[in-house]
Amino acid sequence: MTALRKLSFDAVVIGGGGAGMRASLQMAQSGFKTACLTKVFPTRSHTVSAQGGITCAIASADPDDDWRWHMYDTVKGSDYIGDQDAIEYMCSVGPEAVFELEHMGLPFSRFENGRIYQRPFGGQSKDYGAGGQAARTCAAADRTGHALLHTLYQANLKNNTTFLNEWFAVDLVRNQDGVVVGVIAIEIETGEVVFVESKATVLATGGAGRIYASTTNAHINTGDGIGMALRAGYAVQDIEMWQFHPTGIYGAGTLVTEGCRGEGGYLINKDGERFMERYAPNAKDLAGRDVVARSMMTEILEGRGCGEQGDHVFLKLDHLGKEILHSRLPGITELSKTFAHVDPVNAPIPVVPTCHYMMGGIPTNVNGQAITQVNGKDQIIPGLYACGEAACVSVHGANRLGGNSLLDLVVFGRAAGIFIEEQLQQGIEYNQASEEDVDRAMGRLNQLDSNDNGEDTAQLKKELQSCMQNYFGVFRDGEYMKKGREELDAMRDRVANIAISDKSKAFNTARMEALELQNLFEVAEATAIAADERTESRGAHSRGDYPERDDKNWLCHSLYHPETKKLTKRDVNFKPKTVETFEPKVRTY
Amino acid sequence: MLVSVYRYNPETDREPYMQDVEVSLPEGKDLMVLDVLNLIKERDQSLSYRRSCREGVCGSDGVNMNGKNGLACITPVSEVATSGKLVVRPLPGLPVIRDLVVDMGVFYKQYQRIKPYLQNSTPAGGRERLQSPEDRAKLDGLYECILCACCSTSCPSFWWNPEKFVGPSGLLQAYRFLADTRDEATEERLADLDDPFSVFRCRGIMNCVSVCPKGLNPTKAIGHIRDMLLSRAT
Repeated sequence: MTALRKLSFDAVVIGGGGAGMRASLQMAQSGFKTACLTKVFPTRSHTVSAQGGITCAIASADPDDDWRWHMYDTVKGSDYIGDQDAIEYMCSVGPEAVFELEHMGLPFSRFENGRIYQRPFGGQSKDYGAGGQAARTCAAADRTGHALLHTLYQANLKNNTTFLNEWFAVDLVRNQDGVVVGVIAIEIETGEVVFVESKATVLATGGAGRIYASTTNAHINTGDGIGMALRAGYAVQDIEMWQFHPTGIYGAGTLVTEGCRGEGGYLINKDGERFMERYAPNAKDLAGRDVVARSMMTEILEGRGCGEQGDHVFLKLDHLGKEILHSRLPGITELSKTFAHVDPVNAPIPVVPTCHYMMGGIPTNVNGQAITQVNGKDQIIPGLYACGEAACVSVHGANRLGGNSLLDLVVFGRAAGIFIEEQLQQGIEYNQASEEDVDRAMGRLNQLDSNDNGEDTAQLKKELQSCMQNYFGVFRDGEYMKKGREELDAMRDRVANIAISDKSKAFNTARMEALELQNLFEVAEATAIAADERTESRGAHSRGDYPERDDKNWLCHSLYHPETKKLTKRDVNFKPKTVETFEPKVRTY
Repeated sequence: MLVSVYRYNPETDREPYMQDVEVSLPEGKDLMVLDVLNLIKERDQSLSYRRSCREGVCGSDGVNMNGKNGLACITPVSEVATSGKLVVRPLPGLPVIRDLVVDMGVFYKQYQRIKPYLQNSTPAGGRERLQSPEDRAKLDGLYECILCACCSTSCPSFWWNPEKFVGPSGLLQAYRFLADTRDEATEERLADLDDPFSVFRCRGIMNCVSVCPKGLNPTKAIGHIRDMLLSRAT
C-alpha cells in the first residue's frame, strides 16, 4: 500500500457551502475537533449564488404566519413525495435556525419596524392555500446566499473550525464492517494524497447541475458526494427529479431570482402576453417552478417564443421602477447588464428554463444519517452523514419551492451537527481501516494517474452534457430516454478510461476535472435510469408518454442501486408528529 | 486572437514565462476572459486557474488582464484587449503557486485579523435583533465584498507591507462591522487598528476603487475608520 499521511478528526465535513459550514459550526462550537474539507475556499461555494432568500415562517411580514402553512405549501410543492416528518421538522425548527443566522450577523434587509424583510415567492400561501399569496422569504436584498455563506464562514472562524481549504475528496474509506471511517483527499496546492480519518463523515458536497449543458450551477457543482456514495455501493433517492429554474438568462444560464416575480415582475411571450395567467389563473407567475418552466417551454414550442429563433421568453421588470430594482434587486440589475446586455430598468430580460437544482440525493433521516435499503428495509450506514443539496431527506420531493434550499441547508446542516455532537459526547471511537480498505479507496485515483493513453476530459464532458440536455430535460419521453441511456452506456467505459496528459502535482486542475467528470457521469447515469423507470409525471419529472401522476404506483421515492443499476421503491413518510397528514390532492396553482 | 498567458509550473519551470496562444473566437459573440481561458484549457490541460460561479459573485477568478485586476468571468474580452491582444497574468504582489493561481494566505490572514464576525454578548431573546432600514443601509457597499483580492493586490501600500497594512479588502470588512449597529466591539476593534500601519498606510491612491468588480469603495470605508480613530484619540 501507498504510505499516506493520516489526519484524524472527530468529524470531517466534506463541502464548505451552507450545509457543510452549518454542520461544522455546530460541532466546532461544542469544542469537537472538526474539519471542513472543501475543494474551493469556502466563500467560493455555490451557496454564494443563491439570490432571493430563505423561506421561513418567522412571522415578520405577517404576524399571524404559521409554519404549518409553510409545511402545507412544501408538501404540495413536492407533489406529495416529500417526507412529511422531515418537512414538519424543517418548517417548525426553521425560525430558530434563521434567528441564529441573524444573531451571527447576517445582514438581512429590514422592514420599517426593524424586523427581517420577507418577500413573496412561488408556491407560497396563507391558511393552507385558502388565504392567498404569502410573503415568507427572508432576504438580504437579492444576495441572500452570499450574505449567508459569508456569515457562516465568519462564525466558523470565530469557533476555530479547522479548514482544509482547497482539498479535493476522492473517495470514501470503508472498513470490512461496512463502517465509513473517513475519506481519501488530495491537498490541491501540493498534490499530496492524505487519508483523513474521522468518527463521522458528512457529505455536504452540493448539487451536480453540471451534468446538463445549460445550468445555473457553478463549474464546481459536479456531484462529488453522490459519485463517492454510488461508487461505495450506496443507493441514491429520487435522482430523476431535477429542477429547471424558469428564469436562467438566455444564452448564459446565469440565474435571475424568482424574487423578481415576487417583487411584481412577470413573464411575457412574443405577443407581449402575460401567459402565466392562462396556465395558473390564481398564482400566475408565482406558481410552482415546475409549472412555470413547463408553461414557458410550451409557449416556446407552440411558436410564441421571443427573439429571432423564438427560443426564449421575456421577464418584464421595468414597470417596477428604478428605485425598487436598485434597492431590492441590485444584483439582478448587474447580472442582466453583464450577461444579457440589458438594463432591466428599460427592457425585459431574455430568459429560458435552466437546470438549477437536484431534488434527489443521498437518502437520510432528519438527523442526517445516511440510509440505504437492504431487502426493502431501511438501514443506517454507520459513520456516514449527508446534508444540503447532496442529501435527500426528503423535503423537496419532486419539486422544490423557491427559498427552501437555503432553509434545508441550515436546518439539516445544523441537525446533522447536533446529532453527531450527541454521538461524540456519548463517546464513539475511531473505527480502524486496514491497508486494503485504504487501497480500495485509492483505486480510482491510481487508475487515473497510471493511465497514459485514454479519453479526453473536455470532449467527454461535452458529450455527456449534451446527452443529458437532449434526452432528460424539462420534457421527457420514453423513446428519447432510451436513446439517451444507450449513449450513456457507450460512454461508461470511456469515462473510466480518462487519461490526463499532465501528471504534475502542484495545483493540477486537470486531475481534478477528470475526477469530477467521473462523478458527473455517476449522477447522470443514475438520473437517466431513474427517469426512464419512473413511468408517470410528477413535479419536475414530466413525460410525454406518461402525462399523468400515478399515485397508485408511484406515490413513493425511487431508490437507484448502483451495483445492480435497478430502481426500487421506498415509502414516503406520511406521519408528521404534531399535525395531521396532508393527503395527496390534485396540484393546481 | 492572440492571448498571452503567464505560465509557471514549480515542478518543471525554473522561472515563469509568458506563453502566446492563438485562440479562434466565435464570431459575433463577446466572450468573457474566463471563456477564453476555458478554450485554452480544452487544448492544453496543464493551464491552471481558479474558477467557480462564473457570474462574478464567488470571487475565485481574480486575475490581472492587460494590466488591470478584475474577475475573468465578468470581464468581456473587448473591454480589456483594446489593442487586439489579451494579456492575462496572476494577481500582482502575491506568491504564485502555479500559472494564474496565487497564494492568498497573507490576504486571508489580514481578513481574519480584523475579527470578521459580529460581536454582541447581549442575549438576543428568541427573535432577531431589530435594526432599522436606515441602519441596515449603512452596511450597503460593505457587506457585498466577495474576497477576490483584486483591490488589495492592486494597492502599492499592500504590496509594500502586506503583513502590517490590513489592506483595502480587510479594512472594508473592518468597517462593515464597525458600521453595524448590532456590533458591540467598536472600541476593541478600533484599539486593534490603532497603530501607524494597519490603517494609516493607506495613501489614498484609490486603485482599490478603480478595480473593485463589485463597485465598492474601500477608500471611503478607510476614511471612516480614520475619522473614528482620530476622534477616539482626542
